[in-house]
Amino acid sequence: MDDFLTDFTPWLDDLLGGLWITVLVTVLGAVGALVIAFAFGLLARAKGRLPRFVARVFIEFFRGTSLLVQLWWLFFVMPNFGWTLEPMAAGAVAFSLNFGAYGAEVVRGAINAVPKAQWEATVALNLTPYQRMRRVILPQAVVGMIPPFGNLLIQLLKSTPLVYTITIIDVTAVTQSFRAAEGNEFFIFTLSLLVYLALAYLITLGMNLLERRAKAALGQREERRPLFRGRDKVGAGELV
Amino acid sequence: MATETALESAAVPAPPGQPIIRFDKVVKRFGDNVVLRELDFEVQPGERVTLIGPSGSGKTTILRLLMTLERPNGGSIWVDGEPLWEVAENGKIRTGSEKHLRRVRKKIGMVFQQFNLFPNMSVLRNVTEAPVRVLGMHQDEADQKARDLLDRVGLLEKADARPTQLSGGQQQRVAIARALAMEPKVLLLDEVTSALDPELVAGVLDVLREVAETTDITMLIVTHEMHFARDVSHRVMMFDEGQVVEQGPPEKIFTAPDHERTQSFLQAVVEQR
Amino acid sequence: MIWDWQYAFDILPDLLYAFVRFTLVATVLGSLLGATLGLVFAIIRRVRVPVLAPLVGAFIEFIRSTPLLVQLFFLFYVMPLAGLTLSALTTGVIGLGVHYACYYAEVYRAGIDGVPKGQWEACRALSLPPRYTWQKVILPQAIRKVLPALGNYAISMFKETPFLALITVPEMVQQAQSIGAIGFRYVEPITLAGLIFLAASYPTAIALRRLETRLGH
Repeated sequence: MDDFLTDFTPWLDDLLGGLWITVLVTVLGAVGALVIAFAFGLLARAKGRLPRFVARVFIEFFRGTSLLVQLWWLFFVMPNFGWTLEPMAAGAVAFSLNFGAYGAEVVRGAINAVPKAQWEATVALNLTPYQRMRRVILPQAVVGMIPPFGNLLIQLLKSTPLVYTITIIDVTAVTQSFRAAEGNEFFIFTLSLLVYLALAYLITLGMNLLERRAKAALGQREERRPLFRGRDKVGAGELV
Repeated sequence: MATETALESAAVPAPPGQPIIRFDKVVKRFGDNVVLRELDFEVQPGERVTLIGPSGSGKTTILRLLMTLERPNGGSIWVDGEPLWEVAENGKIRTGSEKHLRRVRKKIGMVFQQFNLFPNMSVLRNVTEAPVRVLGMHQDEADQKARDLLDRVGLLEKADARPTQLSGGQQQRVAIARALAMEPKVLLLDEVTSALDPELVAGVLDVLREVAETTDITMLIVTHEMHFARDVSHRVMMFDEGQVVEQGPPEKIFTAPDHERTQSFLQAVVEQR
Repeated sequence: MIWDWQYAFDILPDLLYAFVRFTLVATVLGSLLGATLGLVFAIIRRVRVPVLAPLVGAFIEFIRSTPLLVQLFFLFYVMPLAGLTLSALTTGVIGLGVHYACYYAEVYRAGIDGVPKGQWEACRALSLPPRYTWQKVILPQAIRKVLPALGNYAISMFKETPFLALITVPEMVQQAQSIGAIGFRYVEPITLAGLIFLAASYPTAIALRRLETRLGH
């Protein structure tokens, strides 16, 4: 046991470095995916047939092809067309596109789920389409988006090991190096599984917190101290 | 503009001049179902008109067409002297732009059966949102106006609450305040008490009576509340299968209608109470 | 020259062979394993077998929260230490199967829960034995409802078969990479690999959606 620890300790730094990289790739991919999800989710609901078609093609393409293929295409093939991506960039872009496509469906579905009556109320008040989305529809749609987004984020995290194939030194890359150098496969792979498990759990906690706050914004807050104005002036039998 | 108490109203309040609403041979189809066939009618400014009739007769469709929630398949709808969907330019009629539609539509407000308050905003903000965003009012001014309106509907102390914390009757009163905040010339009321528990209905109707008494806003009302209709309306129109069967002052329609269809409808409604 | 059609045609047979021999085989076998094992998991949890049910539950949570790739590595490198040396493909199938079994278990659970309570009660009223109840009444209804979800996961698995390349299975994407490495010409092999994926998964996804509407979702 003792010399095992001395074997491992120098690797601890590397592992932490890999952990940081894993988190970084996850965050970059998530931010990009969020942007693309909203962009194409809204595009998929556009009035014109061309924008909807474009959105549909994009979504089906990136959902229908393998993430690894997309990743390798960006890293190995793109240079041929004159555009060389840094490994980090390639990873972030691949994740953004792939998970953004799945996210777009979530956005589209959540917006569709807002009751039609809300749309009608905004028409009756003459709000512009932009105001309608920004002020009424999206705030309500966002609550429904959080659980599926949470799942996608965890899936994104679980896909990050792939980036070791394009020379990014993440947790998995470090575990592979360790295995190659020291052996002890059982230890290192179990450890890496636990690391990912911990990260996934943190994400779930975060998402739960986010969902609770979003729901509160829709009216499950405690009522604040009211401005007391005396009794109702009109109407009998109103229940306060 | 003359304002009359409910009990005194018996005649159209203004001399027939330019109608504020005009339906000109309006046709509306839903699939194979033709709801309105070349419907013609007019409403004068300040007039209070109640639309009655069985479901499917087209009365709600008329309101929805006015609020541009539906588009007519034929004919045209005029609001305050301008067509909703078309523009007359150089003697030619062509489809109006979105800007034109929004400008004309601004004169119309609607209160829905299901209130449709925005759950992600406080009561106060529900009322100020449109005036600030659409009319370009300053937030402070809008807030003050909103508070006045909420006070008039008796809900000032709920200004900071969320819609979900209010009863149905309270939400509907906020909805009325919200519609009035936009200072429309025409107020459409689509069965605004039908979704409420019976004991909450009176509160909402009282608010509407007050609005009728203290303003000269034109009101188009679809309702089953016959007493309220009798109190507030200048004219009652009975619809069936997309046509006006009969129309006239409430005393006449409710007590001595000419048409058999009106009679049988009113009887059925009265029996239900 | 960006795209060489001749080259593309030349390598296509190799890619297709790898596709059928490894990618498809892995998907089909992995799906079968996943579907069967998942059903077992679901039933164990539903029936609440003591000791086993919570263990299965914890296992499912663990597998679903950790990356498939790392699980594959674990199996590939650790199993031989336990004396179990299997081919890379077999290891891959097991890895895929077990991983997706955990997702299938959840799908089955939803399907089983969706069967109206009255069905269970009718079986009990008729004194039908549990085995019969499950086999002839509950499961057929449950599975029929969740077929689209099962199909979607199969497609998902299909798109993750390239992971097997990283445990030395010469499946299609690995082939593409190898071919590309010869002479550093990656455009055609990887693009073709991507297109083959799309050609296989898109029609299947459409078919699944049709199935979904037909089943009345």
